[in-house]
Amino acid sequence: MKYTQGKYLIIDKKAIGCEIYSFEISCPEVAAAAVPGQFVHIRIGSFVLRRPISICGIDKEKGTLRIVFEIRGEGTAEIAQLNKGDVVDMLAPLGHGFTVDESFKKVVLIGGGIGTPPMLPLAKAYGNKAVAISGFRNSSAVILQEDFKSAGAETILCTDDGSAGIHGFVTQPLAELAEKGGIDAVFACGPMGMLKGIASICKEKGIYCEISLEERMACGIGACLGCACRTKRNDEEYFAHVCKDGPVFNAEEVIL
Amino acid sequence: MADLSVNICGVDFKNPIIPASGVFGYGREYEELFPLNKLGGIATKGTTRHQRTGNIAPRIAETPAGMLNSVGLQNPGIDHFVEVDLPYLMTKDVVVLANIAGSTPEECAETAAKLEGTDAHMIELNISCPNVKQGGAAFGTSCEMAAEVTKIVRAATTKPLVVKLSPNVTNIAEIAKAVESAGADAVSLINTLLGMRIDINTGRPILHNNMGGLSGPAIFPVAVRMVYQVANAVKIPVIGMGGVSSGKDAIELMMAGASAVQVGAAIFTDPYAPVRIVEEMNDFLDKKGISSVRDIIGTVQLW
Repeated sequence: MKYTQGKYLIIDKKAIGCEIYSFEISCPEVAAAAVPGQFVHIRIGSFVLRRPISICGIDKEKGTLRIVFEIRGEGTAEIAQLNKGDVVDMLAPLGHGFTVDESFKKVVLIGGGIGTPPMLPLAKAYGNKAVAISGFRNSSAVILQEDFKSAGAETILCTDDGSAGIHGFVTQPLAELAEKGGIDAVFACGPMGMLKGIASICKEKGIYCEISLEERMACGIGACLGCACRTKRNDEEYFAHVCKDGPVFNAEEVIL
Repeated sequence: MADLSVNICGVDFKNPIIPASGVFGYGREYEELFPLNKLGGIATKGTTRHQRTGNIAPRIAETPAGMLNSVGLQNPGIDHFVEVDLPYLMTKDVVVLANIAGSTPEECAETAAKLEGTDAHMIELNISCPNVKQGGAAFGTSCEMAAEVTKIVRAATTKPLVVKLSPNVTNIAEIAKAVESAGADAVSLINTLLGMRIDINTGRPILHNNMGGLSGPAIFPVAVRMVYQVANAVKIPVIGMGGVSSGKDAIELMMAGASAVQVGAAIFTDPYAPVRIVEEMNDFLDKKGISSVRDIIGTVQLW
């Protein structure tokens, strides 16, 4: 793991949804090291703790990262105040990311709500081998569908109320795809209930599955042991840490 | 360039700044950012006789100008520390304060004894961690218990023994005097203040442990007051900590009576905080024409 801390220029800012913002940040050394599934840890002027935000785009040639985040509280509201031309203090790239395996022929990427952005760099990595299932509350919460299409992924959209795409949860199209077979891996990020449903379908069908978790976090690099996550390896239960051992875990190792 | 070196219990520190126990692990994660030899010392993650799994998450909560934690002393146990972590740290040209804790005085003593024959420079005995249900807070909150655990650990080690005090007491100077009489070579303070936050949407505490230790700039004035009180009650050196986030804070704590300063939560805001604080202390001393940082220890003049 190689990370740095610095102040980086925001070269573009867009509002892409209700209280959802997209930043493009110029940070060549971070972009060079970043892999899909990692996150950046952002300092905010008036708070002691940084805020972990998942990476939504990695452009190694341009030396930029994209982050997409939703205003969830006072911290993210303050990050949203930043504008193009401002600098953002980041400790990045952090964490253990998703597996990118060239031998995989078909993968399913699943994002729920604001868990969708970290799936986009993975869609770029897998291109047309990826099916991207995204789930949102309703049509006004839908984000990033065109980005997934441009990355080459087949997209399947679900909403809880049926106002866009399939009326229902992401587990419904996943179960159908799993039934057809031929899936090498499922990768997912989103609410715990969704991840549980996905992990159980994958376990039943014997499909390799990785999930990205979130937890209240302090150092972000594995020193303070704040962001504990119950996991099991070789039948032994232990607290792994979302910032360093994760945020991406093998679903079979996580006690959900 | 001012002389930043200090000496505590016969151990030379190249500067008085020490990352506090718990925020810095065993150093590896921060060595990615800066060489560890820029630090005066490192207080290692609180280590117990046997491995501990720690508390269920959430273990962290944000508070105004601070944070709560209830990690619950998750650590790999003293044998792992002695075999793996300590040898690594001993190559880094930095003073190692091996922080230990336990549920009983005997367990603390056994853990301290495991460090005999190692190169660890000092032992920091945590008698104040408020997170552990057995022991922990109980030792640090009465003079008798604090003295008892200090005496038993004292008998188990020949290394300089620093006892880390809890601020969750009525009179911290009395506790400091009790551990001094029981054989402590130095005291460090303050550990975190016990706190609690509630999520008003769910009615549940944010921390799964319900309560946790408050740290960060919010507790700095409490640290200054307690360091002052303790430094004026005991003859042994005082290592100050609690909400230090700048060189000015570190200078202030030393004026209150601290011979060295630990840095905790500030590292989460700025991972370079300990290194920056050393530079800022030097700048302050140079500007004031003070040749040695030792000249400011305990120099506060009360009104």
